[in-house]
Formats: sequence, C-alpha cells, structure tokens
Amino acid sequence: MQSMTTSRQLSTRHLLGIKDLNEDDIQLIFETADNFKDVLNRPIKKVPSLRDITIANVFFENSTRTRLSFELAEKRLSADTINFAASSSSVSKGETLIDTVNNILAMKVDMIVMRHPYPGAGIFLSKHVKAQIVNAGDGAHEHPTQALLDAFSIRERYGDVAGKKVAIIGDILHSRVALSNILCLRQLGAEVMVCGPTTLIPKYISSLGVKVEYNLVNALNWCDVANMLRIQLERQDIAYFPSLREYAMLYGLNKQLLDSLDKEITIMHPGPINRGVEITSDVADSHHSIILDQVENGVAVRMAVLYLLAGTRG
Amino acid sequence: MKQSILLEGQKFQITIQRLCHQLIENHADFSDSVIIGIQPRGIYLGRRIVEELKEIEGVSAIAYGELDITFFRDDFRRKDSGPLVPSSTHIDFIVEGKKVILMDDVLWTGRTIRAAMDALQAFGRPAKIELLVLVDRRFSRQLPIEPDYIGIQVDSIDSQRVTVRWKEVDTHDRITLLTEEES
Repeated sequence: MQSMTTSRQLSTRHLLGIKDLNEDDIQLIFETADNFKDVLNRPIKKVPSLRDITIANVFFENSTRTRLSFELAEKRLSADTINFAASSSSVSKGETLIDTVNNILAMKVDMIVMRHPYPGAGIFLSKHVKAQIVNAGDGAHEHPTQALLDAFSIRERYGDVAGKKVAIIGDILHSRVALSNILCLRQLGAEVMVCGPTTLIPKYISSLGVKVEYNLVNALNWCDVANMLRIQLERQDIAYFPSLREYAMLYGLNKQLLDSLDKEITIMHPGPINRGVEITSDVADSHHSIILDQVENGVAVRMAVLYLLAGTRG
Repeated sequence: MKQSILLEGQKFQITIQRLCHQLIENHADFSDSVIIGIQPRGIYLGRRIVEELKEIEGVSAIAYGELDITFFRDDFRRKDSGPLVPSSTHIDFIVEGKKVILMDDVLWTGRTIRAAMDALQAFGRPAKIELLVLVDRRFSRQLPIEPDYIGIQVDSIDSQRVTVRWKEVDTHDRITLLTEEES
C-alpha cells in the first residue's frame, strides 16, 4: 500500500474567505467532510490527527453556534484548544489586535480561529502574524465556513449543488453569510438570487452574477432552496425599513406561503433564528427545514477545513 | 525502473488459497471472527479472501469490513505533499469480543498496522487482533509488529517498491518488485 497513498492539498494556507478557494479546494473540503461525518456517527467520535496542534478561538464578537462548532471540531480532531472572548480580556484595556494575537502566539499556538466585527480583520492579521488564520466571520464581509456548510447541506439534500436555484432572502447588506454563500454557490455552479427590501440589497450586488428580486413570493416560486437570513439590527445604524412588523409581513416566511407554492422547497437558516420575524415557528420546525442538519454538518465541515489547513503547514 | 515479478497467475491463486486454509484452521466457521481490509489497497485482498472462503465448504456468512486509517496515521504532515486523502470506512458490525483479522497487501514499516489498531478501537474492544499480509517485506520494520499469516516474504531495501495488482481492478494478479535504475 505504500505506493498507493494519494495526497491533495488546499491552494491556500489560511481560510480568510471563499474568495481564496477554487472549485477543487471546495470539493476537497466536501469529500474530506464526508469522511468526518462518518467518524462523527461512530460510538467514539474522535481521531488523533491534530494531536500536536494548538488552536486559539479568538472571538471579538458574540457567537454560540460557530464557536461551539469550531471548538467541538477541534476537540474531535484531538487538537488542544484555548478560548478567548474579547469582552473579558485586555482588549478593553487598549491592547491592539496584533499585540493580543502575538501574545497568544507566544504561548505556542499554531492556528487562530477569529471572529471580528471589522471586515478584513483576518486578512490584516494573516499579513502580520505567523499562525494560520481561519476566519469565523469578519464584520459584514465573509463567513467562509458557514457558506461551506450551507453548500455541503444542499449537496447532501440534492446530491449536487450545480444547477440548483438558491434564493438568499433578508438582510443582504449587512450579511457576511450572504456574500460567502454567493461566492461559494457560484463557484459550484448554482444559480443564486438575492431577495429583500431595496434598502437592504447592496447596489452593485448583480455584478457578482446573482439575480435580484424584491418580491418574496416570486423568489420562492423560482428557487429550490431558500436561505432565510436574520435582520442584523446590531449592524444597522439607521432605520432601513419602517417596522419589524412590516418586514415580517412582507419578507417573513410562513406556512401559508410555503403551502401556496406548487413545489417543495428546502428551507435553510444560518441561525440565530428570530421566530416570527424572517421565519415562523411552524416553518422552522417543519420537514422542509434543514436548519439542524446545517448545524450538524458544521462540525464535519470545520473538521475538514482544520485538517486540510494543518496539512499545508511546512 | 527495473521490474521483477515475484508472483502471478496460478501461483498467486494457490497462495491465496493456502492463506484461506490457514485461516480456517484457526477460525473454523468464522462465527466469532471478523475480517477487516485496510484501505486503500488491503480491501482487494480482504474481498478476495472472503470470496475464496465462501467457495470452500463450511464457510458461508463472514463478517467483512473495510477500515480507513488516514486520520490515525503518525506521518500526517510529515509527507512532503500535504494531507493524505481519506477513503471510506464500512464496518457495520461491532468488533467487541470478536477475533479480528486485519488484512493488507504489503507489510513494510508496520506504521499502517499500528494506525489500524488505533482506528479499530472506535468499533469496540476485540478479543484478539491477527494480521494477514500478502507480502511481508521482512527486516524493514520500524515498529514491533509481525504478521500471523504471510503470502510471500520479500527481502528488499528501502529504495525499492513492492506493488500488488488485482485482476478485479488492474486486469491481472501480480506482485512486482520495482528497483530504481542507477543513473
């Protein structure tokens, strides 16, 4: 067997955004994630691959799913992990990002998983420190692992992503999930539409090769998969629509609307859900929804990303 | 590259059959035993042995699985070319309390087998683990691992390579020793 082992490698040392990945990279991540999903269904869900790697989860912004998912992925790979939340750290005493991270790296850390409120924070950091960086969300810019797990979940549901019609509905303007999803789905050959109030659709979004629709019913009639996004009130400095109630009436997905379509569509949501705003409870908990599958796949996809990135180390 | 054929055709088949009879000697009807082929190339040996055992009288149902050991290797990131690509694992039974026979085509340093024993733990605690290999590259072990059943033994040096071809996937059964030509 010594002559037959094959090896493939990602084309990038960091995962800063989907922009850095080519189609082969994404397929490699998916194929590796298939194997990790298999591992996660065993009685013992752990492999020793990264036992000599230390990973710091550095979160300058709140997160439940992503942080837990990364931490679990790291532990399943036997990596050592440390967690850092900006709210309880010396950042509030005036320490800069590079200083903070270099102090963490001085403790012999190999990889940084970072979430930060500023777009490009991961890219900036990757140019100034030695460690490998995984972007776990940078402002309204990118959230690559979310896009990968979304596309992976679509592939799991339909067998393939190419040719599928995906509508991303809601607050596109403030969403890093939207941008990463658009780039990832386009790379894999899916058709993408964005839908939301005019004020929440970025002006030049169609230059990314996506359709733009302002009417929810039209979007739902067009798509195979609807990815419902949350209204990011914490990023909205001005009022983009008259009231949350009006938004819920015009862009909220409910059972009645779903039943009025003449086909079955799949409902996704990156979380956290605001029940009764962008999606009602009966839709979120229905068989159309693969919201919890997305969460489950998140661990396998993140394991694949960390495993493959570790393999690109010198 | 100089090639010398170590085993093929009729003799290859006789070797497989001898291994089967040796297995039957120790495992009788295989009711407490399971066979596991190691990915990626040990599975062809495992499948062939299972097929032959079924041909031979008295052996009908044999638990057979395939084990991928990629994530358990100790040379991950020490190869020049990046992470190793995993194959799939199919083990739809519990190995708890069973006698496990691991199968691989070539035994060289022993590191694959060490990883396989590690990987197997996720499926329970076997009563016993045995090792069957088609080719034993003896005197080249880096770990204290020895096979229980051996197809053929080969004396080789590290720069040489041993390949096993299977008629199911490579059109013919053949074991070849490859030697790098001196330039």
